[in-house]
Amino acid sequence: MGYDRGWSLVRVIIIGAGQVGSSIAADLDHTHEVVVIDCDSERVDELNYSLDVLAINGDGTSVETLEEAGIDSADMVIASTDNDETNIVACATAKAISEAFTIARVKNTEYLRTWQRSEKAFGVDFMVCTNLLAAESIVRVVGLPAARDVDPFAGGQVQMAEFEIDDDSPVANQTVREADRFDSLTFAAILRNGEVTIPRGDTVISPGDRVVVIGSPKSVQQFAATIAPEESPGTAEEVVVVGGSEIGYHVARLLEERGFKPRLVEHDADRARELAELLPGTIVMESDATDVDFLEREHVGDADLVVAALDSDEKNLLVTLLAGRLGVERTVAVIDTTPYVELFEAVGVDIGVSPREVVAEEITRFTREGGAENVALIETDKAEVLEIEVDPDSILAGTPIRESIAALPEGVVIGAITRRREFITPRGDTVIEPGDHVVVFVDSTVIGDVSPKL
Amino acid sequence: MKLRVDYRASLRLVGTVLKYLAVPLSFPLVVSLYYGESVMPFVVTMGLTVLVGSGLEQLSESSDIGAREGFLMVAATWFAVTVVGAIPFLIEANGIPFVTSAIHPESTLANPVNALFESMSGFTTTGATVLGDISFDSHTRGIMMWRQLTQWLGGMGIVVLAVAILPELSVGGAQLMDAEAPGPGIEKLTPRIAETARALWGAYLGLTVLEIVLLYGLNVTGFAPNMDVYNAIAHGLTTMPTGGFSPEARSIEAFSAAAQWVIIPFMVAAGTNFALFWHVLTGEPKKLVRDTEFKFYLGVIGVISAILAAVLFLGDGLVSVAPSGGTYDQLYLEGVRNAIIGGPESSLRQSVFQVVSIVTTTGYASMDFNAWSAPTQYGLLFAMFIGGSAGSTGGAIKIVRWYVILKSLRRELFTTAHPEAIRPVRLAGRAVDERAIRGIYAFTLLYLVLFFVSTGLVHLDAARIGLQVSVLESMSAVAATLGNVGPGFGVVGPMGSYLDFSNSSKLYMVLLMWVGRLEILPVLVLFTPEYWRR
Repeated sequence: MGYDRGWSLVRVIIIGAGQVGSSIAADLDHTHEVVVIDCDSERVDELNYSLDVLAINGDGTSVETLEEAGIDSADMVIASTDNDETNIVACATAKAISEAFTIARVKNTEYLRTWQRSEKAFGVDFMVCTNLLAAESIVRVVGLPAARDVDPFAGGQVQMAEFEIDDDSPVANQTVREADRFDSLTFAAILRNGEVTIPRGDTVISPGDRVVVIGSPKSVQQFAATIAPEESPGTAEEVVVVGGSEIGYHVARLLEERGFKPRLVEHDADRARELAELLPGTIVMESDATDVDFLEREHVGDADLVVAALDSDEKNLLVTLLAGRLGVERTVAVIDTTPYVELFEAVGVDIGVSPREVVAEEITRFTREGGAENVALIETDKAEVLEIEVDPDSILAGTPIRESIAALPEGVVIGAITRRREFITPRGDTVIEPGDHVVVFVDSTVIGDVSPKL
Repeated sequence: MKLRVDYRASLRLVGTVLKYLAVPLSFPLVVSLYYGESVMPFVVTMGLTVLVGSGLEQLSESSDIGAREGFLMVAATWFAVTVVGAIPFLIEANGIPFVTSAIHPESTLANPVNALFESMSGFTTTGATVLGDISFDSHTRGIMMWRQLTQWLGGMGIVVLAVAILPELSVGGAQLMDAEAPGPGIEKLTPRIAETARALWGAYLGLTVLEIVLLYGLNVTGFAPNMDVYNAIAHGLTTMPTGGFSPEARSIEAFSAAAQWVIIPFMVAAGTNFALFWHVLTGEPKKLVRDTEFKFYLGVIGVISAILAAVLFLGDGLVSVAPSGGTYDQLYLEGVRNAIIGGPESSLRQSVFQVVSIVTTTGYASMDFNAWSAPTQYGLLFAMFIGGSAGSTGGAIKIVRWYVILKSLRRELFTTAHPEAIRPVRLAGRAVDERAIRGIYAFTLLYLVLFFVSTGLVHLDAARIGLQVSVLESMSAVAATLGNVGPGFGVVGPMGSYLDFSNSSKLYMVLLMWVGRLEILPVLVLFTPEYWRR
């Protein structure tokens, strides 16, 4: 997929203008030709004014509406209504009458599992499960003390992690050269007051900085242990999930799979029972998570991580602040309204996870130029970490890294290389071969310039 | 008062079952013919059962029954079959005026209460006996074989057999089987319940035949000289149903150690859920070894056997002086003490055999365990309450109920410390419904209450007629009849009999065996007014 096909922009049809649908539309409206279909006429009117998209009122599962939206010339159909079945039928319908690449958003993981078994199922080319994606992004920070965001690359052989440096961290006020004691770890960037800095050996790490590192999972783990030595490492980490929403459930389930023994607090008796049956390795408790007596009795304050996955942003904020006051090391809040993420993090939530943003990030993979295999966004839009399979035309191919970096603008860091599934630490004189997978950090200000050259 | 239960439809089905009872009655008839004995007990009974059965069938046109009629049908079938089963015993002992004379007038089964007790003990696979003299001198070979066959018929369940054979039972069949089958709930193996019933009976028949062949094989190869064809068949018919009747007065003690070792695995199999054998036969043997209940069952047997074997080996498990007037004398005691104390094979065999026999509620004995000391006997009394697996032929409380109870007690401990915690009780990874747990508690408590109240009644009645029994003996008699185990301790020990109890006590025990086999509730519900009304 490319940004353009000579004279025309890529045409994307988005079915369902709910929160996720309109946020994807907003992400794409500058670079793509976006058509949005929704059955709510008021919302359609609103979108026509607020975004540079064509909004059509109609049923996304009907051939007539799809044809009206220009399905014949569409390159991609994203079905993102609140109803799983509607999304699947819409994709199947689009597949039946066109060649477009279809993406369906689902909540039910059963459908995802069916689709994974046979990737031709339902006429869906790519299936995104909102709740599962959000849960996966939360679970990645577990086991890495002080980590704020973690993304896997190259099939899990490379990890990108963002850490916050506290006042009492041993690496605070050290230079990067002093702090980087690990062979297979690259300091990609330092985020200070919202600004991205590419660190040099003599850059000093100050308390309150966020550092972005790229390396092998083991080195990232060791680095995490260095910057926060007093926190429990590995599966000894105590996790409390508050709220038995689908995201809460998946967080607990994924932690169980990784050998953790999480606790989950759910207010509703029937849902608590249901979760207890589904999660044999989790201790499910039926209680109001804002009940301070309960929190103290169960020593929630001693937990290493509290994940608030209740059904409202305000409750999640309250729970995480309460947990922070009780002495919990790190708090994660699920935040539905994306603009709140920064606000919440400013008031004291350590990590804000917006399911919509996570889904948008995933869908962005399919709208990227240059065949990036995988993308992670740093601080929503400050920078991107891309995984690229190097082809012979790339500026990187066949030259030592020192030379290719010099030819690129400021703001690009080669974080890690994998060659035939083997991890290679990038050095100035490392020569990248075609076929290598390269994980590269790129500042957003230069991304448009850099992407085509890689 | 208007009855809301279509008892006519229930009785009609009972009639059909009775009519078909003539078929198995032909087996002891053939045995009697072979040994040149009188066939009158069986011919007359066959005639009667067909007559009464056909009569009952005229009660109703419809054989459509609901859940309530199902309970009545199952309970009534078991009672009716027991009554018919007692008739050959009565005819043998009393004859019929103007038709046939008594064959063995000295038989204790001349008393109708005794005949009913023996028949109920047979069909419910209890194995408690009121025969004064277990030998072919007092009973024909045909009658002794009929006694064995009643256990085989009752083992997998008369109603299950009826569901397998009779097409008119296919609709309500699942409910009927549920009322009859041991354990909470039944597992449908196939979409059609008749197929499931046939699969269970098929596995049952197959194992029975295998055991008969192996036992006779021991005889042919010289390992068990007295295990002739008659004995091989007789014991094959009472092992798989966890019955316990034996035509030998000394039960399995009469046979060699090799025969005892062969019988042990079959008793273990009899106490296993038969659905698991079906899975093994259909190519899923993993289901057997992975089954939680099966593992727990083997574990319980293993632990109790190991403890008792150690105690027997060290000598603390046996009494040292035979009491006067007991079921064994000093000579016998010296013999078993010499063999068991310090004898690894002997102590292990005696322990495993007795524990397996009691836990599975078979009731065989490879020695007179009255010679065991009080603590070891207590171990066996404890084992009487365990029972086999759900869906097996064993009686008592059943291993799966104990498993669920233990798990839910552990949960209670956890929730005491963490009151907000929600912890489902899991059986093989699957959460058990809270209603089912309540049902299990209710059944177990009811079972124990019935046990304690009945012990009081039986002990009181024994005192009334001046019968000298200890409380342990009364307790064991009640536990052995309610749990369909068979032998208890003292007078009702494995080589003794229930003959000395009064008629009223024996009738009460008939009731205990009946409710014990059907797991109390399906019978007890018939005695509540709510059952019969709206």
